[in-house]
Amino acid sequence: MQIELLEIRDHLSRFPPFEGLPDESLDELAQNTEVGYYKAGTDIFTFGSEIKDLHYVRSGAVEVYRRTGELYNRLTEGDIFGQFGLLRNHKVRFPARAIEDSLIYFISGQVFEKLCENNDSFADFVEAEGQSRLKAAVSSQGKTNDLMKIKVRKLIDRPAVTVDISATVREAAQVMDAHNVSSVLIVDPSVEWPNSRLTSVANQAMHVMVGIITDRDFRTRVVAQGLSADTPITEVMTNNPITLQSDDSVFEAILCMLRNNIHHLPLVHRRRPVGVVTLADIIKYESQSSLYLVNNVFNKQSVDELEKLLPDIRATFIRMANEDASAHMIGRAMSGVGRSISQRLLELAEQELGPAPVPYSFMALGSMARDEQLIVTDQDNALVLDDSFDAKLHDDYFLKLATFVSDGLAACGYTYCKGGIMATNSKWRQPLHVWKQYFNDWIDNPNPEKLLNSSIFFDLDSIYGEAELVETLKDLLAERASDSPRFLAALARNALNRTPPLGFFRQFVMETDGQQKHIINLKGRGTAPLTDLIRVHALACGSKAQNSLDRLDAIAATKLMTPEAISHLRYALEFLSLVRIRHQALALTEGGDANNYIEPEKFTSTERHNLKEAFQVLSQAQNFMRFRYPYNAPQKPRPSVSQR
Amino acid sequence: MSVFVPRPLTVQWQEQYQILAEHARDQRLARFYRAPMVSADTPLDQVPLLALDVETTGLDAQNHCIVSLGLIPFNLQRIHCSQARYWVVKPKSELSSESITFHHITHSDIRYAPRVEQVLGELLEAMTGCVMVVHYRNIERSFLDHALQQAVGERLHFPVIDTMELEARIHGSQRKPSWWDRLRGRQPTSIRLADSRLRYNLPLYQAHHALTDALATAELLQAQIATHYSPETVIGDLWN
Repeated sequence: MQIELLEIRDHLSRFPPFEGLPDESLDELAQNTEVGYYKAGTDIFTFGSEIKDLHYVRSGAVEVYRRTGELYNRLTEGDIFGQFGLLRNHKVRFPARAIEDSLIYFISGQVFEKLCENNDSFADFVEAEGQSRLKAAVSSQGKTNDLMKIKVRKLIDRPAVTVDISATVREAAQVMDAHNVSSVLIVDPSVEWPNSRLTSVANQAMHVMVGIITDRDFRTRVVAQGLSADTPITEVMTNNPITLQSDDSVFEAILCMLRNNIHHLPLVHRRRPVGVVTLADIIKYESQSSLYLVNNVFNKQSVDELEKLLPDIRATFIRMANEDASAHMIGRAMSGVGRSISQRLLELAEQELGPAPVPYSFMALGSMARDEQLIVTDQDNALVLDDSFDAKLHDDYFLKLATFVSDGLAACGYTYCKGGIMATNSKWRQPLHVWKQYFNDWIDNPNPEKLLNSSIFFDLDSIYGEAELVETLKDLLAERASDSPRFLAALARNALNRTPPLGFFRQFVMETDGQQKHIINLKGRGTAPLTDLIRVHALACGSKAQNSLDRLDAIAATKLMTPEAISHLRYALEFLSLVRIRHQALALTEGGDANNYIEPEKFTSTERHNLKEAFQVLSQAQNFMRFRYPYNAPQKPRPSVSQR
Repeated sequence: MSVFVPRPLTVQWQEQYQILAEHARDQRLARFYRAPMVSADTPLDQVPLLALDVETTGLDAQNHCIVSLGLIPFNLQRIHCSQARYWVVKPKSELSSESITFHHITHSDIRYAPRVEQVLGELLEAMTGCVMVVHYRNIERSFLDHALQQAVGERLHFPVIDTMELEARIHGSQRKPSWWDRLRGRQPTSIRLADSRLRYNLPLYQAHHALTDALATAELLQAQIATHYSPETVIGDLWN
């Protein structure tokens, strides 16, 4: 029987592990749910009692206790409990009590088992606990990044446009014209839905679809045949067109269109038409891939043309975020785009200014050098010039070059660096021997204040010109830093300036923004201190790696930290970066500006839980660092200590 | 615990049903009345309950019609969604634009919907042996009674727990503020479904969908009993 329990279904669909379930499973789930109310203070189940259902908190709050009576977890709206009992001989392991008036949904053991069997991500979720859940959250991301996994309904941006079966050719054309679409679906309101008596039928689009007509059909079947505009649409439409379920993948849609040589593919949810996907939609979707974008960058002939790529860059970013690409992949792709724009600008600058008088390298610093760039980013760059550089003769050229690139980058959305770390600043437009002096001075005479503004130079990479120049600096830094405990201690001290936003009881410590919203600065309190911390360890290990994950690999090879500690850092960084990426992608999708400030209240409880886990990892790692590179103790770091 | 007004005369529905069964001519109705009904001294936790909601084109059973019905069986522990039923039915009168905005049920929805007479058999079957739970009994009782009279020329009587009436009892003294309270701007306590639910920390639902309202009413009764009564409270204290 088709009964739509909308309130139950819609609520479940918003929370993990149910949010990823296909529509059919959600309907079945809602129909088999039982509901019960618990007054604050009443037991929901006690230790050792039999448990038959998965419990879901619809509203209120529930506490789960260990056998000892110690609090194990506090759950709120959208959280599940009882899964461990269900997975282990149906005996309650952790008793539960309502601490507020609570409405609980019960999902029967059979339905639960079926969901576990048919949905890997559901099973992963209910079986995972604590940090393993964070790990599961991260590892499930990478798997879904392809056209096989993306649902074709994502390509639909408008509801199906339909006409009644009684329409004439003219009326159908008028509807298509009014909606500016290249096809229209023909529906028959007199066809009875199976079980229509029992379903709530909400609008016209729910009628049964009997045909489709496209722009091309008007040409070949109407005009070319000399038919009148009053011809009934039923005489020229394609009967019972090929359709695809909206749950199917984009890949499936491409195959279907190729196999049947069609350009318009109606999508249905069960039998209800929900929209039409066209070949053009798929091509447009594909063309937003970052590869296409990078190729495109090099075809642009001016700053103006490059600037016009800005919407494409955003679209690529949003798309990758929506496709569940890993933060690592997105960072690499966006840095790749940034690098190619810089490179193209340098080519254009050389075209305008003529060839450079002495060899040089254009050096990226910070996130671009680490390949961890996202969408909102400053430009941080410098010029390392050959030692044959003579300021009097050559600096005019390099200032013009730097200005051209810097202005071009700003036009393309990479705002000027507020700290002035740009090649336009003469201090950062110097020959190699001066750069060596800078690095030697930072390492030999370190103090936290001095290093505060220069740590960005310890993420460096040549993106254009003579890469050797920058490689020399990388070597110098890697060789000398590991032997300079005072330098490392000063860097570590700076890396401890920003702590994760967790209070003593693991609650979030939030800031208040201008609009009185409680926010967390995800970059300042999360990803930035994490990358700072990883950089210190990597330099201590003498690594030349720039990317944080590569640096973690290098650290792992030295046994400076335990493999567990390294993998926790890896997952925490990936997770925090992903949350940041999603947050920015969502803001851009909604037409707003991307920033780094999240409101934890808007997150699901799983996400909040995972966030806390990730911040906890950062907090533990900072404690280790504090002890590993003690400031005021300028002796060589003890090599044998491992993090517990 | 709140102050109760003197409880109404206990209706002996068990006996009522026996009498009604003897006089019923329609087979479906006779079957409905013949099924055992709990006695008035049955504790609540042993009573099969059925939350019921009908959405109508207006408030007067003589002039307005049913457009949809939702029902959901439950007891004090669990609401059984798997046995929920929902019908959209074709009203005899025209849908007014107000009722369309209210229920979101449109002309095209009802064009092929069954008439209420066609679902009466299934409805009575679902109601058999249960005590109905509604929010504001006048609507469900009068509209179903009227529908049955139209269909088979017989009356329909059934026991009802009215969650709105329970709210009125619970908030008796506060419902009509004294002149002093009114002077201080105190509003009478609202006993509408959504407002009543909020007092028990029950979530907000989309109103005026018959099945959602039935679910909302079932949850409200569970909350009322958990808060103000006990599972041992006898049904005779609550039904009408």
